[in-house]
Amino acid sequence: MSKIESESITFECETGNYHTFCPISCVAWLYQKIEDSFFLVIGTKTCGYFLQNALGVMIFAEPRYAMAELEEADISAQLNDYKELKRLCLQIKQDRNPSVIIWIGTCTTEIIKMDLEGMAPRLESEIDIPIVVARANGLDYAFTQGEDTVLAALVHRCPEIKQKIEEDSTASLSGDKRKNSILSVFTPRSQVSPNLQKKLTSKETTHSDHPPLVLFGSLPSTVTTQLTMELQKQGVTVSGWLPSQRYADLPVLNEEVYVCGVNPFLSRTATTLMRRRKCKLIGTPFPIGPDGTRAWIEKICSVFNIIPSGLEERETKIWESLQDYLELVKGKSVFFMGDNLLEVSLARFLMRCGMIVYEIGIPYMDKRFQAAELSFLEKTCLDVNCPMPRIIEKPDNYNQIQRIRELQPDLAITGMAHANPLEARGVSTKWSVEFTFAQIHGFTNARDILELVTRPLRRNQSLESLEWTKLVKSS
Amino acid sequence: MKLAYWMYAGPAHIGTLRVASSFKNVHAIMHAPLGDDYFNVMRSMLERERDFTPVTASIVDRHVLARGSQEKVVENITRKDKQEKPDLIILTPTCTSSILQEDLQNFVNRAASESKSDVILADVNHYRVNELQAADRTLEQIIRFYLKKAQKQETLDCTKTKTPSANILGIFTLGFHNQHDCRELKRLLNDLGIEVNQVIPEGGSILNLHNLVKAWFNLVPYREIGLITANYLKKEFNMPYVSITPMGVVDTAECIREIAVILKDNQYTSDVNFEQYIDQQTRFVSQAAWFSRSIDCQNLTGKKAVVFGDATHAASMTKILAREMGIRVSCAGTYCKHDADWFREQVQGFCDQVLITDDHTQVGDMIAQIEPSAIFGTQMERHIGKRLDIPCGVISAPVHIQNFPLGYRPFLGYEGTNQIADLVYNSFTLGMEDHLLEIFGGHDTKQVITKSLSTDSDLNWAPDGLNELNKIPGFVRGKIKRNTEKFARTKNITEITVEVMYAAKEAVET
Repeated sequence: MSKIESESITFECETGNYHTFCPISCVAWLYQKIEDSFFLVIGTKTCGYFLQNALGVMIFAEPRYAMAELEEADISAQLNDYKELKRLCLQIKQDRNPSVIIWIGTCTTEIIKMDLEGMAPRLESEIDIPIVVARANGLDYAFTQGEDTVLAALVHRCPEIKQKIEEDSTASLSGDKRKNSILSVFTPRSQVSPNLQKKLTSKETTHSDHPPLVLFGSLPSTVTTQLTMELQKQGVTVSGWLPSQRYADLPVLNEEVYVCGVNPFLSRTATTLMRRRKCKLIGTPFPIGPDGTRAWIEKICSVFNIIPSGLEERETKIWESLQDYLELVKGKSVFFMGDNLLEVSLARFLMRCGMIVYEIGIPYMDKRFQAAELSFLEKTCLDVNCPMPRIIEKPDNYNQIQRIRELQPDLAITGMAHANPLEARGVSTKWSVEFTFAQIHGFTNARDILELVTRPLRRNQSLESLEWTKLVKSS
Repeated sequence: MKLAYWMYAGPAHIGTLRVASSFKNVHAIMHAPLGDDYFNVMRSMLERERDFTPVTASIVDRHVLARGSQEKVVENITRKDKQEKPDLIILTPTCTSSILQEDLQNFVNRAASESKSDVILADVNHYRVNELQAADRTLEQIIRFYLKKAQKQETLDCTKTKTPSANILGIFTLGFHNQHDCRELKRLLNDLGIEVNQVIPEGGSILNLHNLVKAWFNLVPYREIGLITANYLKKEFNMPYVSITPMGVVDTAECIREIAVILKDNQYTSDVNFEQYIDQQTRFVSQAAWFSRSIDCQNLTGKKAVVFGDATHAASMTKILAREMGIRVSCAGTYCKHDADWFREQVQGFCDQVLITDDHTQVGDMIAQIEPSAIFGTQMERHIGKRLDIPCGVISAPVHIQNFPLGYRPFLGYEGTNQIADLVYNSFTLGMEDHLLEIFGGHDTKQVITKSLSTDSDLNWAPDGLNELNKIPGFVRGKIKRNTEKFARTKNITEITVEVMYAAKEAVET
């Protein structure tokens, strides 16, 4: 490993025998994000068992998702898929009355070639609820890519033109309604302070002088507000988010619209936006870490010919506030086993924090969609004078464990299947899934990333005086 | 197709993996798409395993769909053989891969000829059996494989051990309190002067399986796993087995007596009498017998309980509550539908009604209808209890991480009876506290919450009604509220006033 010190990043591909979550797990955060949706996962007991165990307590909170569990008669086509799905969807309509039902196709529907895309439009007109089909299966995708398939499917449901908004606001009632619907694009009303509400609405009504900008990627509403406000400070107005808080509020998409991603795993969505809606994609590093956030804003501004102001100071200030954490991570080494596609952005940020990155494992690497992030990573390496890490696509966990044994990194960012065994062998770990559920975007949340990264290091400090670090009998 | 949010028993391959990873030096390779290796997370997290779970996946992806697994499975098996040098590799199909209908047996045969370790294909139908049934079958499959092998090589020595000995069958990973139960069973057998020959599958070695037949008998503590193996051993090697679960004072004694019968039948031994031991343990080592006589337990007399879980634990718990503590079990149920007849027979006479279902909403409805003072069930029932404000003791899988305690918590044997007594007692509102609350009208000043999780938005609580509800002690408030609302609904009353509340109370009492 130490011998590799090439001038540019090296890419490798291993066997693909690695541990990650099934992409259907995206329903966990998407059903919470899209408030009026219902997710129906069409699969087997295995899918159900995964969801039930991976999502733990959420199951008990009457979630807006369920399994359409395929039985032997479904597999052998003794039952009519269409009739069966209709029966279940009618039941869902009756019990929950959602604004949209999202069918999640799984490995099984893929193998038995169930024509979900064919059935959905028919059923949609019959039961009068939009049905969106996303194939988030483990045959093709890993973990967070599930969200990518859902968002790509939602692109087709976004309106092409804005419903005409009457400029005269004489009818106060309808005017209020309109304002609310615009607002809800950003965030639920309850979470926005009245002050901010005014700001956002006034910004929206005074026409911005740049083409519309739509951001894509599902983030908690507080984070969308934060990012929206960061851009607002530079005079950039966000016209909408994909996904929106409510299905009815999906953003307008057409050839005038500029789109920009907030997460590195959204390459299908980006492609769909460009090819099907002729949107213009702004390729940037992702707003993870203060360095990433600044680069993200700068790139968006440059597209709109806006000269950003005060960004450098803002970034410096954030770095200053992180000082206590930076001291902890400085010079420490980190190894990403790879399972959620956030790895490149996180590695880039951690390098900037002074860490040494040994390896970036990643399930899938879209060099085009991540181009800006990759060159930013390269630039960061040069800036901090760090050897270029290697990026291992489709890693092999067994080989990685051997490399971890050899390298003894200070921190391994890994899935839960390996965390405890590595800890027992004296290697500190951080569960990678936490990065997908924690708030890590924008300036405000940089601290949260380091909070996660340093947790095992701080734990080590507090247990330092005790000698038991290796807790397995051999090896 | 079935609309499902929750399931009690997992898919078949989980059962197979649980058995495989319980053995020492056995590796399972799943033929599965990416993400199906969630078992590793569960084992690592719930059991807090220090070692890497010996399960890997041979990934089924697009390419496999297009061209078949071809060399991939064989390659993965032989590779694992070289890397880890396991004694046995089990190829495990999943529900996805089983639809592909590839000739996995053929792959196994090819891989077996190339690898040092034994290779077998787990023989379970993913659409017909669940986790528990699959575990039971896989265990038998492995045992049969190795005994047959030993027979063929003529290395099988059926001579019994000199002193009485037993195998414990069915202790395995992710089992509900299995580790603790195992320790307790070993202690029990030791007390009886019986050696433990082997514990299978947890911690067992494939290389020693041929010695299984040396034991005098087999002990199968759980109904769900081990019985098929025990039957096989009985049929092929004439080994008797005991399948009474030693849970609770009465059944533990029964189990010991059954062991005594087996030992008496055995020609090598003459004089066994465990009666004195049983008496000593029952009256003085276990506190449960004394507990059921004590004043505390008196207060539990006639209180209503609902029991739900796997067949073993639900049946034993029902018997303990009814027979040993005088609690009224209004409903006993299990999700082990495949074992419904046995369950009915076990709990007959110990409960008012039997519920056989794997639909958690049905269980929830039943609990809401009965309104017991306590529930004994799985994690699902615990959550139902939380919603209805009814305490719940967890007695069976499926469970969460808190049901893998670090401390010693067996459910079986004499120490188990103590643990169960504690669990039961702590689940009911404590006796004296209960009385005092009733007399003094409670000591909580929390505001009444009339909004419940179930959809009852059609009812309105008038201020005076709400005020009255406020006066009712917290622990019965939920019940009174529900009863009142039930009454109001039947009478088509939409506004609940004090009058309605008293009318409801009278209606219930008459």
